[in-house]
Amino acid sequence: MNLFFHIGRYFMLLYRVFKKPQNLRVYIRQIIFEIDNIGITSLPIVAIISIFMGGIITIQAAYAVDSPLVPLYAVGFTARESMILEFSSTILCLILAGKVGSNIASEIGAMRISEQIDALEIMGINSASYLIFPKIAGAMIIFPFLVVLSMFLGLVGGYIMGVSSGACTSYEYIFGIQAFFMPWKVGYSIGKSVTFAFLITSVSSYYGYYTSGGALEVGKSSTNAVVYSSILILLFSLIYTNLFIGH
Amino acid sequence: MIEIRNINKTFGDRQVVKNVSFTFLPGKTNLIIGESGCGKSTILKMMVGLHEVDSGEVLYNGQNFPALNMDGKQEVRKKIGMLFQGGALFDSQTLEENVRFPLDMFTSMSKEEKLERVNFCLERVQLVGRNKLYPAELSGGMKKRAALARAIANNPSYLFCDEPNSGLDPKTSIVIDDLIQDITREYNITTIIVTHDMNSVIEIGDNIMFVYKGENWWTGDKSQILKTTNKELFDFVFASEFMKQVLGPKQA
Repeated sequence: MNLFFHIGRYFMLLYRVFKKPQNLRVYIRQIIFEIDNIGITSLPIVAIISIFMGGIITIQAAYAVDSPLVPLYAVGFTARESMILEFSSTILCLILAGKVGSNIASEIGAMRISEQIDALEIMGINSASYLIFPKIAGAMIIFPFLVVLSMFLGLVGGYIMGVSSGACTSYEYIFGIQAFFMPWKVGYSIGKSVTFAFLITSVSSYYGYYTSGGALEVGKSSTNAVVYSSILILLFSLIYTNLFIGH
Repeated sequence: MIEIRNINKTFGDRQVVKNVSFTFLPGKTNLIIGESGCGKSTILKMMVGLHEVDSGEVLYNGQNFPALNMDGKQEVRKKIGMLFQGGALFDSQTLEENVRFPLDMFTSMSKEEKLERVNFCLERVQLVGRNKLYPAELSGGMKKRAALARAIANNPSYLFCDEPNSGLDPKTSIVIDDLIQDITREYNITTIIVTHDMNSVIEIGDNIMFVYKGENWWTGDKSQILKTTNKELFDFVFASEFMKQVLGPKQA
């Protein structure tokens, strides 16, 4: 029953979030702010994690492809497939769920307990829409760029580690990352990231918006936001995989 | 004018507001007073729709607020200014942005007109030149004054104040009280103040409702309250030795 209560309240909140904006110009300004707040500030962590993961995947692939029957360009091929299909969308979004999700839930939760959301409501502002819509829109706009950047940096990281460790040559790695390339997989990954952006921001906002109590509850909301966003990311990743790649 | 008629509120199995009726007059400082936990803040929150009314009516110039849909409520709320107990200023915005916020949302004023209005409101609450400060950089009294500036920025018809003097020293409390009273009279606003500060009651109590155990126990004004024979109100007003000595029955 508790689950149905939360699902029902989540969709009722979304109904309020997607009502017509009261002042479009203010909303656009907020969306730009959120693109910076959610996306641009995440660039360092995205870059660091992607480069390292690309390197790790390449070394592990080289270790696994230790057979004369398998060509060495398979190292680059494996790194590319792993980065595009799973890492740069799913794993990256799991990491962003931790950073962005907890940030959103604690920000909105703190606003709730300090009566700032009540103040918005009293002014006649649709607080759900004003606070949450720009975050959802901002994340859905910027996440695809982060994912594409992550793919690129992951492959660069793989190249650096693969070549410098002697796991493969520069030619083999570059040949590998171009071999049997299917562009739709990039689109698939971007599609996943847009879905995950929506899930992270909306679920985290939901937990923040319905915070009640004090600092302890804000912490709990933040934790719940990360936990449930992560679970939903994995669930939807499974659905996407079955729909587009599974047989 | 705001009128509440037979409003009730129950939390769980505890009825905190029982059949309360009262008329809040324009141009007057209307006070809701009572002991902590008597239901006065709940009444205020029901009036602005932060709590649902179980039964009864809240009439804004004859329009029953709880019966309105969300859009209707938002329209009424555009005429409301509210001063929260903690100020409820937006942490991420400067003082200027906080006061300008309702103007950004609901008016088509130019940038210059908004700035002029913001400066006027800040001047009104004696915060001129503090435009670029953030709430974290303000003292408690300044936060309250800043919140008052934001509450009046959009020329409200109704001003709600929840414990405007809590946590303030007596001198700053008087400044806040005077500001509220001046603004109320100047713009003919219907002002509703929830308080248990007796200084405020005696200073600005034009129209007072005393709430006791969730009920409207007594109504009157600041001159009548000191001569009350109502036992519960008497105990509330003269709870402190200071009040008994200075304004007690023999002295009053």
